Amino acid sequence: MQGLIDFLSQGGYAFYVWSAFGMTFALLIAEALVLRRSRRTILQRVGRLARLRMQNVPPGEHR
Amino acid sequence: MKINWFKYAAPTAFYPLAGRLVPVLAVAAAALVLFALYWGFFETPERLGGTNPQKEYYRIIFIHVPAAWMSMWLYLVLAAWSAVGLVFNTRLSFMMTNAVAPTGAIFTFLALWTGAFWGRPSWGTYWDWDPRLTSELILFFLYIGFMALHSAIDDSRRADRAAALLAIVGLVMLPIIYWSINCPDPNNCAALHQRSSLTDIESNILTAMLVMTLGFWLYSFAAAFARLRNIILLREQDSAWVRTMVDAAGAGGPANAGGGDALDANRRGVSA
Amino acid sequence: MKARQKRLIFVGVAVIGVGIAATLALSALNSNIAYFFSPSQVHAGEHPTDAVFRVGGLVVEDTLKRQEDGLTVRFDVTDNARTVPVSYTGILPDLFGEGQGVVAKGRIGTDGVFYADQVLAKHDESYMPPEVEDTLQTAHAEGVVETAGQSMPAAGRTVTQ
Repeated sequence: MQGLIDFLSQGGYAFYVWSAFGMTFALLIAEALVLRRSRRTILQRVGRLARLRMQNVPPGEHR
Repeated sequence: MKINWFKYAAPTAFYPLAGRLVPVLAVAAAALVLFALYWGFFETPERLGGTNPQKEYYRIIFIHVPAAWMSMWLYLVLAAWSAVGLVFNTRLSFMMTNAVAPTGAIFTFLALWTGAFWGRPSWGTYWDWDPRLTSELILFFLYIGFMALHSAIDDSRRADRAAALLAIVGLVMLPIIYWSINCPDPNNCAALHQRSSLTDIESNILTAMLVMTLGFWLYSFAAAFARLRNIILLREQDSAWVRTMVDAAGAGGPANAGGGDALDANRRGVSA
Repeated sequence: MKARQKRLIFVGVAVIGVGIAATLALSALNSNIAYFFSPSQVHAGEHPTDAVFRVGGLVVEDTLKRQEDGLTVRFDVTDNARTVPVSYTGILPDLFGEGQGVVAKGRIGTDGVFYADQVLAKHDESYMPPEVEDTLQTAHAEGVVETAGQSMPAAGRTVTQ
C-alpha cells in the first residue's frame, strides 16, 4: 500500500508527471476510439446508400 | 519500398491490406508502450545527478522525446506523401496525407504539453519563447493549417493539391526545429533546450525512451491505416468495389455489425 | 464556386507567408539579437537601459545570499569573463543552484544590479543517475573530492558544460 502511494506521489511531482502521462494516453486512446466510431458511422452510411440504390436499380419488382 | 507501394497504390488493393495490418500494429504498439511504461517507472533511477540533478519529473522524457520525434517524422511522412501525390497524381498518396496529419498534430500537441509539464518543475516555467518551443508551436499550426485548408475546400482534388503544397512549404520548419538548439556555448544563449546525445543517457532511461518511440511509431501506423480505411470508404463509396465489400463485411461476421448486417439482410430480402 | 476556391488558395498562400515570417523571426531569436545579453555585453553597455532584457550565464559559487525577507535572493551571474549581480524575489526553480546555468529576465537598476522578475534554470542533456555521474566526473576532474548526494564541486560541474 505504501509502495503504491509512493509510486503515485512520484516524489512530490505527481501533478507534473501524471498531467503529462495522463494527457498523452487520454489523447491516444481517444483517437483510437474516435477512429473506431467513425468507421462504424461510415459503414452504416455507405450501407444505407447502397440499400437505397438496390431498391431503385432493379426496375419493376418493387414499389 | 517504392515498388512495393506502387503495387498497392490502388485504394482497392490497399484497403484490405491496411485492414489486416491495423490490429497487428495496434497490439504490438500497446505491448511496447506498456513495456516502456513499466521499464520507465520501475527500472530507472528516481533522480539524476551531476550537472542535471532532476528529480522524478525527468520521467516525462519517456513520452516527451518520443512525441517530439514523432511530430517531426510524421511531418516528414506527410510532406513526402504530399510530394508523391503532386508528382504522380495518385489518389492513395493524398489519402495517406490526410490519414497521417491528425496523428501528427496529436503528437505535436503532446510534445508541447508534456514539455510544459516538464519545464515547469525543472526550468521554472511552463512556456518560454525558446527557439525550439517556438518552432515546435509553428509545426503544430502547420498541421492544423493543413487540416483546415483541406476541409475548407469542397472539391477534394483541389483540396488535396492545395494542402499538399502547404505541407511541402512547411517542410522548412523541420531543419529549423532540428537546429534550434545549435548554440555554440550553452551559457551564452537564452535557449533552454540544449544539444543532446544518446550517449549521455543512462541505459535504462534510454531503453524506456527508445521502446516508447517504437511503440509510438507502430501506434502511428495503426492510427494512420485505420483513418486511411475510413477515408477510402468515404471517397470511394460510390464505386462498385466498396458496395460489394460492404455487403461482404456484413455477411462476414459481427465485427462490422449494424449497417453491414442490416444491408445484407435487406438485400437478401430484395433478391428473394 | 471558382472565386471561392481562389480565395481559399489565397488563404493558403497567406498561411505560408506567415510561416516564412515566423521563420525569419525565429532566426533572429536564435542569434539572440534582440533579447539576450551576456554579462560581458552588459559591462560593455550594450544592453537596453529602459527595456526588459535577459542575462544568462553560470551562477557564481558562494554568491547565493538570501535577504532578510526570506524571499529575495542575490547571486552573481558570470560568463567566465565578467559577472553581473542579480536580485530576484520569488520561488527559484528546482534546478537552480550555484554553478548551474540560468537565464534571468528583468531590467538593470541604476545601482548596476539586475532586478529579475523571472529566473529560469538550465541543465545539460546528461541523464545519468547520481552514482554514475559522480564516477564520470571524478574521472574527469582527476581526484576532486566528492560531496555527498547531488551537490557537486565546481570543478566537476564545469567540466561537462
